[in-house]
Amino acid sequence: MLELKNICFTKDNQEILKNINLKLLDDKFYVITGPNGSGKSTLAKIIMGIEKPTSGTVLFDNIDITNKTITERANMRIGFAFQQPAVFKGITVYDLLKISIKKDITKVEACNILSKVGLCALNYIDREVNSSLSGGELKRIELATILARKPVLSIFDEPEAGIDLWSFNNLIEVFKQLEEDSKGITLIISHQERILDIADKIILLENGMIKEVGDKSILKDIFSCPKGGELCE
Amino acid sequence: MSSLLDKIINNKIEEADSYNIRENGKTIKRKENEYIKIVNKEDSKGIDIYVKENTLFGIIDIPVIISESRIKDVVYNDFHIGKNANIIIVAGCGIHNIKHKTSEHDGIHRFYLGKNSKVRYVEKHYGEGSGNKVFNPITEAYLEEGSTLNIETVQIKGVDKTTRITKANLKENATLTINEKLYTEEKQYAKTDFIVNLNGENASAHVTSRSVATENSYQEFTSDVIGNNKSFAHISCDAIIKDNAQVKAIPTIYAKDASANLIHEAAIGKIAGQQLTKLMTLGLTLKEAEKMIIEGFLK
Repeated sequence: MLELKNICFTKDNQEILKNINLKLLDDKFYVITGPNGSGKSTLAKIIMGIEKPTSGTVLFDNIDITNKTITERANMRIGFAFQQPAVFKGITVYDLLKISIKKDITKVEACNILSKVGLCALNYIDREVNSSLSGGELKRIELATILARKPVLSIFDEPEAGIDLWSFNNLIEVFKQLEEDSKGITLIISHQERILDIADKIILLENGMIKEVGDKSILKDIFSCPKGGELCE
Repeated sequence: MSSLLDKIINNKIEEADSYNIRENGKTIKRKENEYIKIVNKEDSKGIDIYVKENTLFGIIDIPVIISESRIKDVVYNDFHIGKNANIIIVAGCGIHNIKHKTSEHDGIHRFYLGKNSKVRYVEKHYGEGSGNKVFNPITEAYLEEGSTLNIETVQIKGVDKTTRITKANLKENATLTINEKLYTEEKQYAKTDFIVNLNGENASAHVTSRSVATENSYQEFTSDVIGNNKSFAHISCDAIIKDNAQVKAIPTIYAKDASANLIHEAAIGKIAGQQLTKLMTLGLTLKEAEKMIIEGFLK
């Protein structure tokens, strides 16, 4: 279980998050949604330790992890998929998968992980994770590094951002599978209705505050908006 | 001697088709075959290596070991590659210097590539011990029509001062590829100059330098590529800088023909924070993440 207590975050004299209180239960699939600038990514980064909250506490399985480093949280099996995956020079997909799993795996094992995210493994395994890969390819490799770790808490920051329609359809399948297989907590930041559709619970964030938590019906006003709002597809 | 040899030569030297081992200024062991001849220069300051035309997949090792302090070893190695030959030359130099005097190796390598020949030249410099270790290699290459020279140079730590000069002249359809990997630390100084003349039609040069400068070290990269004909060049200098190190890149590309297509890219910067964060989310510590990024970069 993940519990956020009174989380506040201020940067450059601007209040990004205001007193966030949230409990996420095991084996559940959560989606955080909300307008741009509502603090969704910041909240995800606070859970991973990439940002430190100005005040408040983060509890993971009843352990206070507020002051733990990114590495310590990763070793507690918290996984984080970035909105814009990092690119490297000289580091291959195989290298990244090996450190994700934390042991020497064979290329066949690495290929099995890649095929889960819809990549034809043999074409990618020895490729460098650099900018010659497309946005969709990088995104799927990013997902593979998270799936390989079998996290207890998986966080995905806007997995749909920057990918084409074809890659997106594959992505939805990956998340559907994840939802069926997952034993831990899955937390996705997304604007996409098809991702919202598979959520057990939706958390609506606005102006750095939780406006509502519930099923998709909490968004009915937004999805019925004829002109389309921030959340309309 | 064998441990130094292992540091600079990746293959098993006994399995090479031919080799010449030079230690403290003298040849101590040599192997030749009917296709590859090694001949001493008259003043014993080096060797001429003759590769017969059409020789395929030959491997030549020419390691140099300096284990005595206060030695300045200047050696001239000339490679005469027959047409259509396809060979690999592995040249490493290791200095073990535990004294306070300077040990220096200046290797002057000249390559004469015959028509349509292919050469892969691998050079590794390695130094150990607290004494001053200096390398000043000069490489000159003359590429005949359709020939290919692929140069890989590696200098990872242990070398206090190095000035490397590489000059190449290319005739039509000749190709030059240079991959340089460099890591400096402490107060080390490394300077690299590439001077390439693309004289023939469709001659091309691809120079990639990847370096990491740490602590108080200094690196300087100069490239001077001249397109005298319809030709192509891509020069890329990419450096990671840390601590109080300094890196200077001076690119010069000079097209003397309207059909010459010359590109230079240079980037100097710290390790990107996003790369470190990503690897930490996979369970590496900051130090482990940094090490992996640098090792990958120089791989």
